[in-house]
Amino acid sequence: MIYSAIVFLPGLGGLIVGLFGRALGIKPSELITTGFLIVSCVLSWIVFWRMGFGHETAHVAIERWITSGELDVSWAFKVDTLTAVMFVVVTTVSGLVHIYSMGYMDEDPSRPRFFSYLSGFTFAMLMLVTSDNLVQLFFGWEGVGLFSYLLIGFWYQRPAANAAAIKAFVVNRVGDFGFALGIFGIFFVFRTVNFEQIFNAAPGVAGQTFDFLGYQVDILTTLCLLLFMGAMGKSAQFLLHTWLPDAMEGPTPVSALIHAATMVTAGVFMVARLSPLFDLAPIALSFVTLIGSFTAFFAATIAVVQNDIKRVIAYSTCSQLGYMFAACGIGAFSMGIFHLFCHAFFKSLLFLCAGSVKHALHEEQDMRKMGGMAPKMRITWLMMIAGGLALSGFGIPHIGGFAGFYSKDAIIVASYAADTPNNYAFWFLLLGAFLTAVYIWRLILMTFHGKTRISPEDYAHLHESPPTMTFALLGLGLGAAFAGALGIHTFIGGGADAFWNNAVVQKTEVDLFHQMHELPEWVHWSTFTAMAIGTFMPFLYYMLVPSLPAITSRVFYPIYVFLLNKWYFDELYDFIFVRPTFWIANVLWKVGDIGIINGLIDGTAAGVYRVTGRAVRLQTGYIYTYAFAMLVGLALLVTYFMFMSGVR
Amino acid sequence: MEIGIGHYLTVAACLFTLGMLGIFLNRKNVIIILMSIELMLLAVNINFVAFSYYLGDIVGQVFTLFNLTVAAAEAAIGLAIVVVYYRNRGSIAVEDINMMKG
Repeated sequence: MIYSAIVFLPGLGGLIVGLFGRALGIKPSELITTGFLIVSCVLSWIVFWRMGFGHETAHVAIERWITSGELDVSWAFKVDTLTAVMFVVVTTVSGLVHIYSMGYMDEDPSRPRFFSYLSGFTFAMLMLVTSDNLVQLFFGWEGVGLFSYLLIGFWYQRPAANAAAIKAFVVNRVGDFGFALGIFGIFFVFRTVNFEQIFNAAPGVAGQTFDFLGYQVDILTTLCLLLFMGAMGKSAQFLLHTWLPDAMEGPTPVSALIHAATMVTAGVFMVARLSPLFDLAPIALSFVTLIGSFTAFFAATIAVVQNDIKRVIAYSTCSQLGYMFAACGIGAFSMGIFHLFCHAFFKSLLFLCAGSVKHALHEEQDMRKMGGMAPKMRITWLMMIAGGLALSGFGIPHIGGFAGFYSKDAIIVASYAADTPNNYAFWFLLLGAFLTAVYIWRLILMTFHGKTRISPEDYAHLHESPPTMTFALLGLGLGAAFAGALGIHTFIGGGADAFWNNAVVQKTEVDLFHQMHELPEWVHWSTFTAMAIGTFMPFLYYMLVPSLPAITSRVFYPIYVFLLNKWYFDELYDFIFVRPTFWIANVLWKVGDIGIINGLIDGTAAGVYRVTGRAVRLQTGYIYTYAFAMLVGLALLVTYFMFMSGVR
Repeated sequence: MEIGIGHYLTVAACLFTLGMLGIFLNRKNVIIILMSIELMLLAVNINFVAFSYYLGDIVGQVFTLFNLTVAAAEAAIGLAIVVVYYRNRGSIAVEDINMMKG
């Protein structure tokens, strides 16, 4: 009952407001959705407590869905610690974002629609994390994709928002193509889509191969790679990351909820949920590590040079998701989820702070037009710093620090222990950590410090955001500051077995954890050093010697332009995919549609017109013509029958 | 010379052809068309009676009576139509009756 309430309350709120929002009015709409979400959030924490510390699990069957031959899919909730963690993340962030949106969207006339989408999104995400089979997971997966599309394109009057929404949808379809194939494959191999049954049967399939074009291919590796393709799309990993930065066209609370805390983490969640499967496919896992660690580095490099405040954070999200995947790839699934948990708080905090800044500046996003805002917006400034400290992983080894310090640094150290070829994962992640500190402090300094670049009259009118917004900021700020310290010993390490209660595979991680303690001391300090240097550099560049950024960009001009243009991925995809598609579509349109199909149909019509134009002249209207025609016809018929009947 | 079936048929054929040509060649008056039709029916009647006598079958002559009735009715209706038409259009010249022209 409690689980159904958690999942369905947001959906119900979204449905009510979506259908009757106009009749209800704006304020009641906001209160209904937000109220339902807060109830759901409170229940989530109760469930989290019962699952994590009471070591319960639950399986709730709701309704049969599809029964066709061997395929048997039902709506059912599989609630274990992993689900409970996601419950807490999703409902808490979503609840706070709802509260924040009441302040942030106060000038928008279509707020009921917005809140209905937000709640609907939350519902889809909760369906995703509770599902006990792949098909229901896919339902939630597509549901969040749909709501993300609707929310990115919320301001549908803007062409850029529509383009971004379509881009997000299409890029996700590419990933879903792989994901759907993976589900088909799993059903083909295991004859079931139920997680429990798949995991039970998986060890029997390990190592088996199938014949593909003359090659022997490992079954589980193939399946895991296909499933991971879906995760890459949803979680904006390298190659399929291009939609996430563009998705910043949506309202900022949406960016915080979807593109930082919940939807993009669905890929990580899926990999963790299927950890018993991935654990049996080492090659797939090393691919996950490769993509994850490279994304962590690659997205961070782009974030360093972007000037749009939301884009910096968006690339940061990409990069942090890379960390989570890297953790999953080396077998430390619970570390990945722990980072997901911490990241949700500090990243949505950063986004909401950015939204607060934007709100104060009337939708200005360019950091080159900000600066010196700290004295005017004390709470936002403080919370942004808290988020920055958490993201960059501020803390002193063996003593303590902010959220990212626990979760991110654990992943980096574990990646050293995992012993990838040349330790590439470790170096990528370490460089990523350095760049993370650089871009986040660059963002804070450019926005809040230095000489202001805002026009004097605008600057005079700057003020702190309304209390609903700052309340959400403070709530998330607490999470960013303390989630790591409180969660570290629960989520990972020695006591984690009892906490996770077999929700994710921990075999490899336990080994890793033992090795981590025997690593050389410099490895533990390396993350601190990277963070410290990374934090110092922006101070040097933007506070001490303000001329340095211009000089650096001139000296490293090619690299700067390369990064500023996001490694030219959009241009590359435009060249490889978009333009050929346009070309083919153009040919099909001009030649196929207009030329052949229209030609055939129009030609037939014109032919009929011509023929009838002549036939109509037979109708003279004179009786004697008709009579003559009848006579001729009669004569012909009589002649015909005479010859046919043999009368000569 | 004995008058046989052939002679009757020849007369009927002549009458029928005359009637038909009356329809085709006449460009003046609709009433002439009606008369031509009447003529063709009479030709048919001669055929009926001739064959009836020749074959010794009374049915042909019975049929002729029906035919005459129908012809009378048809003539009445036809003339009525012509009158109405004239009232509406002011002309019953065949040349002018071409409203069904495509």
